[in-house]
Amino acid sequence: MAYTSVRDLLNACKTEGSSLDEVILRSDLAESGLTEEESHAQMRHLWQVMTETSRNYRAEDRSASGFAGGDAAKVEQAAAAGLLYSGGYYAQVIAEALKTAECNACMKRIVAAPTAGSCGVLPSVLLPLWRAGTYDEEAICRALYVAAGFGQVVAARATLAGAEGGCQAEVGAASAMAAAALVHLKGGTAEACAEAFSLALTNLEGLVCDPVAGLVELPCIKRNVIGAVNAVSAADMALAGVVGHIPADEVIDAMAEVGAAMSRDLRETGIGGLAGTPTGQAIRDIVTMAGEEE
Amino acid sequence: MRLFDVLGPVMTGPSSSHTAGAVRIGLTARKLLGEQPARAEILLHGSFAATGRGHGTDRALVAGLLGMQPDDENIPRSFALARRAGMQFTVGTINLRGAHPNTAVLRLQGTDGHKLEVMGASIGGGRINICQIDGITTNFGADHDTLIVHNLDTPGHVAAVTTCLSEHNINIATMQLYRSTAGGYAVMVLECDQPIPADIVSQLRRMPGIVKVTSLNL
Repeated sequence: MAYTSVRDLLNACKTEGSSLDEVILRSDLAESGLTEEESHAQMRHLWQVMTETSRNYRAEDRSASGFAGGDAAKVEQAAAAGLLYSGGYYAQVIAEALKTAECNACMKRIVAAPTAGSCGVLPSVLLPLWRAGTYDEEAICRALYVAAGFGQVVAARATLAGAEGGCQAEVGAASAMAAAALVHLKGGTAEACAEAFSLALTNLEGLVCDPVAGLVELPCIKRNVIGAVNAVSAADMALAGVVGHIPADEVIDAMAEVGAAMSRDLRETGIGGLAGTPTGQAIRDIVTMAGEEE
Repeated sequence: MRLFDVLGPVMTGPSSSHTAGAVRIGLTARKLLGEQPARAEILLHGSFAATGRGHGTDRALVAGLLGMQPDDENIPRSFALARRAGMQFTVGTINLRGAHPNTAVLRLQGTDGHKLEVMGASIGGGRINICQIDGITTNFGADHDTLIVHNLDTPGHVAAVTTCLSEHNINIATMQLYRSTAGGYAVMVLECDQPIPADIVSQLRRMPGIVKVTSLNL
């Protein structure tokens, strides 16, 4: 069975003397009935799709609404020209988060991680490391198990759906999963992974889901970037020994409580927040009218 | 939630509910019809109607009717592929009282003229609920092999159908019964642990009082 608390997950690592990825893999094999080889093959497939999505990005692609596309290329070009504050890994993370999220808006193939709306976060922090040869596919896949295991705890204690918990449940959860994966890749302890997870989720607590015209475009695509860079900063803090003091399970419970307290208008209804601004409503009208003409 | 439900599915974007779920509704309707429809009238309700074009819900439903899975990269091109395959279709909107906001109604016609109307809702994460078949309430997720029997609301049909399944060593996972009015028209939905063989379907069709038998094998 999937773990329903980070505390149980950390205890299992201690009592079994196993790493986080092994404990998470075994708990899923018991539940899914897959063999270890089948599970590894499935995880490799997910990683291969993540790499393909990034590779298949085209700067000229636009979504059906015309409001999404081309931004990742802008960041890459500006970074290459030395115009940005962030360079190297950080700039690549920003570009990759935009790439995958833009591909999603343009109806290309992605991995929901944990959702389609937040699909750019996890691949964005891993792809630059894999391309640079820092970590190979096997190490990345082990980190993906860690990310998935923490995601399972969020699903059990709270939610991964924007309609229930706002964007904190999608991009927030994706960011926390990515932070744990990064610490695991760098050889951090299970406790440090949990700390990175907690810090990342904490820092996006309260983020609402307010998509303009109800589409997974504005602000969703750019919110993948905050999820990605937040994951890197949370992982760095945890690796440096910074602690957040609130245990991971309590942070997840707080996220659930905040999500439940959120107005319905701010949970994927396309009514409140940015969707409700005059410009957000004008965009909605343009998109809807274009639909009626066809 | 299982590990590969948290990471995954692999899908064509942009939305698990508005795109991946819509493909599954189309694909399920195709399987229920038993073939690729010659004609399809697609009606979108609620959020599907309001944001469906931007989410590719219309193209996703057509892709499903063409037999594509939610991760098929041809989903964006489904309209052109449908024309090439000779499937006629229209897309419109409908206002259904009390329906789930992500609901579609598919009115299908097979090559021999037989008709089927399916109402399906996309209920999140790519999961779906087939909520009506030919105007009668149903409630199944199309994630099991499923047998759907329409019959006259008279005694003995449930016993006859379950006996037939038992004789073929098919285990029933869940079973639901619905009827339009007492003594009118009734529907049985049986989700099973094994695929429904074609000979069960033809055997049931020959039974008195059975109006229509549809099977969905995954």
